[in-house]
Amino acid sequence: MAAKKTSKTNVSKDDLLHYYREMLLIRRFEEKAGQLYGMGLIGGFCHLYIGQEAVVVGLEAAAEEGDKRVTSYRDHGHMLACGMEANGVMAELTGRSGGYSKGKGGSMHMFSKEKHFYGGHGIVGAQVPIGAGLAFADKYLGNGRVTFAYFGDGAANQGQVYETFNMAALWDLPVVFVIENNQYAMGTSQQRSTSSAEIYERGRAFGIPGEAIDGMDVLAVKAAGETAVAHCRSGKGPYILEIKTYRYRGHSMSDPAKYRTREEVQKIREEKDAIEHVRDLLLTSKHCSEEDLKAIDKDIKAVVNESAEFAKQSPEPALDELWTDIYAQAEA
Amino acid sequence: MAIEILMPALSPTMEEGTLAKWLVAEGDKVSSGDILAEIETDKATMEFEAVDEGVIGKLLIAEGTANVAVNSAIAVLLDEGESLSDAASPAQTAAPAASAAAQTPAAPTSASAQAPVAVQVVEHDVPAGTSFKSLTVREAIREAMSEEMRSDETVYLMGEEVAEYQGAYKISQGMLDEFGSKRVIDTPITEHGFAGIAVGAAFGGLKPVVEFMTFNFAMQAMDHIINSAAKTLYMSGGQMGAPMVFRGPNGAAARVGAQHSQDYAAWYAHIPGLKVVMPYSADDAKGLLKSAIRDPNPVIFLENEILYGQSFQVPDLPDYTVPLGKARIWREGNDITLVSFGIGMKYALEAADQLAEMGVSAEVIDLRCLRPLDTATVVNSVKKTNRCVTIEEGFPVCSIGSHISSVLMQEAFDYLDAPVITCTGKDVPMPYAANLEKLALVTTDEVMTAAKSVLYR
Repeated sequence: MAAKKTSKTNVSKDDLLHYYREMLLIRRFEEKAGQLYGMGLIGGFCHLYIGQEAVVVGLEAAAEEGDKRVTSYRDHGHMLACGMEANGVMAELTGRSGGYSKGKGGSMHMFSKEKHFYGGHGIVGAQVPIGAGLAFADKYLGNGRVTFAYFGDGAANQGQVYETFNMAALWDLPVVFVIENNQYAMGTSQQRSTSSAEIYERGRAFGIPGEAIDGMDVLAVKAAGETAVAHCRSGKGPYILEIKTYRYRGHSMSDPAKYRTREEVQKIREEKDAIEHVRDLLLTSKHCSEEDLKAIDKDIKAVVNESAEFAKQSPEPALDELWTDIYAQAEA
Repeated sequence: MAIEILMPALSPTMEEGTLAKWLVAEGDKVSSGDILAEIETDKATMEFEAVDEGVIGKLLIAEGTANVAVNSAIAVLLDEGESLSDAASPAQTAAPAASAAAQTPAAPTSASAQAPVAVQVVEHDVPAGTSFKSLTVREAIREAMSEEMRSDETVYLMGEEVAEYQGAYKISQGMLDEFGSKRVIDTPITEHGFAGIAVGAAFGGLKPVVEFMTFNFAMQAMDHIINSAAKTLYMSGGQMGAPMVFRGPNGAAARVGAQHSQDYAAWYAHIPGLKVVMPYSADDAKGLLKSAIRDPNPVIFLENEILYGQSFQVPDLPDYTVPLGKARIWREGNDITLVSFGIGMKYALEAADQLAEMGVSAEVIDLRCLRPLDTATVVNSVKKTNRCVTIEEGFPVCSIGSHISSVLMQEAFDYLDAPVITCTGKDVPMPYAANLEKLALVTTDEVMTAAKSVLYR
C-alpha cells in the first residue's frame, strides 16, 4: 500500500457520511449476495467486491452527471455506486424478471442506460477498448463527457489493453483507465504474473500520464479521480489511475483462496480497511457519534434486506423472454 | 535477342489493367530499375519498372489503352545495336482481354439430348421506368456508405488504410476528402482493439462501419464481434446493443494462401444477435449495405475481392435499399433449385446456363443474407422443382449448404426426389499452388456434376 492515509481533512461531514454510506451499502450488499449464493439462490459465477469499496465510491465522487463507466465481471459495487437500485441488482443476481437485465444477464452482465453504466463484461480486458469506444463517441459528439474504464491487475496483461492505450493516446480520448490492482489475478499474485511492479508506468510508453493511489483511502481516490477527470475533460486525452486495493474474499464464490494466507487478509482488514478509515474520521472529527453510525448501519441493512427479499419474490422471467432481445427492431 | 515486355500482374486478383502512361519512348535506352510505364489496376496506379537492360524497340500498346490482359506483350526491348527487323516479329498477343461482362456461356454439353430451354431472368423489383446505371461492386459499396454518411452524422468509417491510403481495395476512395478525418478514420493494425472501440462507440450512440482489410484479420477481433457486439442486447434485457456494420472482403482472393483465403459465412451465420449479409451483385451490395447501416443490430457484411471489379446494373434511385433477410430469385425454373450466395452465384448462374442448354430449367436463388436466412423461398422453390443443389466457397463441415439441406429435409421431405447435394470448397486449408488452389475451390463443373446427379442424368 502506498501513501499514508488521509487523517486530517477539510472534507465536509456530508461528504464523509455519503462515502461511508455508499461503501457500507456495497459491503453489506456483497455479504448478502454471498449468503444468497450459499443458499443456492444465486447461481454461476459471483465475484464479490468486498475490500475494494473505496475505489468506486471515490471515483464516483469525482464524476459528473452523464459521465460513463464500464467494468469487468466484479461489477456489483460499480452499479450501486453509480446509483443503480440495490433491488434491481440483487434480482439480477437471482435471475429474476425484476433484475436490470430481466434475469437474462446475471452477475457479470448488467447494464443501465439511465445511469450510464455500460456493463458488466465477462471477458477479461474486453471492457477496456469498449470504454475507450464510449469515450470516442463522446468526443465525436462533443458532449464533454468522460468515461471510467475499470479493469484489474490481471486484465492489465491483456494485449487489447495496450492496443487501446495506443489509440486512446493517439486520438486524445477522454477516458480514465482505472486499474483496480487487488494484487491477485484470480489466484496468481502480481509478482508471479506481471513484469512491472507499477502497472500505471506502462502508460508512459504511450505518453499517457498516470499515478498510483492508495485504494483503501477514499479521499485519496477522490482527489486522484478529480485530477484524472479534469485532464480528460480538458481534451488532453486519457489518464491512468492504478488504485492499489485488496479483495477480502476469493476471486469468485467458488475460490478457496489457498494462494494467500489468512493472516495476510486479516492484517489488511485490521490495518487498512477503507470503511473503518472513514468511520474513524467521522468519529474523531466528532461529526458523528457511535449511535449515529449505528443508525446508518441499520438503514443500510434494511436496504440490503429489502433487496434480498425483492430478489426472492420477483418472479422468474416469463418463458417467452427466451426469445426476446436477440434483435432490436428498427424504429418506424 | 529482343525481349517482349509483358503486361504485369500487380495484385493477386488482377487479370487486366489500363496502360495509363508510357514513361519511355521508342529508341530510349533503359536499364533495370528504370520506370517504364504507369499501369492502372482497379485498385491503384502503379509504376512498372524495367527488369532488363536494352533499347525500347517498339511500344506495342498505346498509352490510355484499357483492358490490357496480364501477360500480353506491351513493348519490345532490343539489345543495343539490334534493330526491330532483326528481332523476330513478336506475336500479336496484345489484344484487350474480353471484359468480364462478355463472358460467354459454356458450350452445350454433348450429354444433352433435349432441346435447350429459355433462361427465365427475373427482373428487378423497382418502380416501372426506373433507369439503371452500371456500377462495379466496389463503387456500389462506396456509394452506399457515402449516401448513409451524408444522411446520418453518427455514421462513420474506421479501419486500416481507409482514409489517407484511400482504402486497401479502394472501396473508400475519395471518402476522406468528402467527410474529413473525423468520420473516415485510419486505425493502427490492431483489429482486436479497434473492433472493441467501435463496439463501445456503438454503445455510446454512434453507428460505426468497421472495415476489416480482410475478414481473415477479423479473427483477432472475434471476441468483440461475438461476445461484445452480438450478445449485449440480450444480456442487457434489451437496454442497449451495438448498431454497427463490420465489413470487408471475405473468402478466397487468388494465390494468397491458407491464412488469407477463407470464407467465414457459416461462422458468423451461427451466432444469434448478428445479422449476416453476403451479396453477389453490385445492386444488392448497395441496397443491402444501406439497410445494414440503418439496422439497429450488428451486421456482418461479407464482400469478395474478386467481385469488387465486376459491373452490374444498379437502379439509379436516390435511396435504393434492399431489405435484409430476403433471398433473391435470379432465374425462375421448374426442374432443379440451385441455392447460393456471394461469389458462389457465379458458378450457380453458369451452371444454370449450361443446364438450359441441356433442356433443364433451373431456378437460381441468391440467399444474399445468411442471418436471418430466408428458408421459405428455398423451401417453396424445392416444392416446385423437387431437387436442390447448394453452392458455396466455404468448408463443407457445418456449411450453409448443410443447414439448407437439413431445413429441406425437415420442411420439404416429401417433395424431394433426390438427396440435396452441397457443393463447397474442399475440406483443406487453401493451398498456394495455382493448380491445387483451383482444385480446392468449388467449380461450375462440380455444380453440373451435382445437378446431373440429382436429376439422375
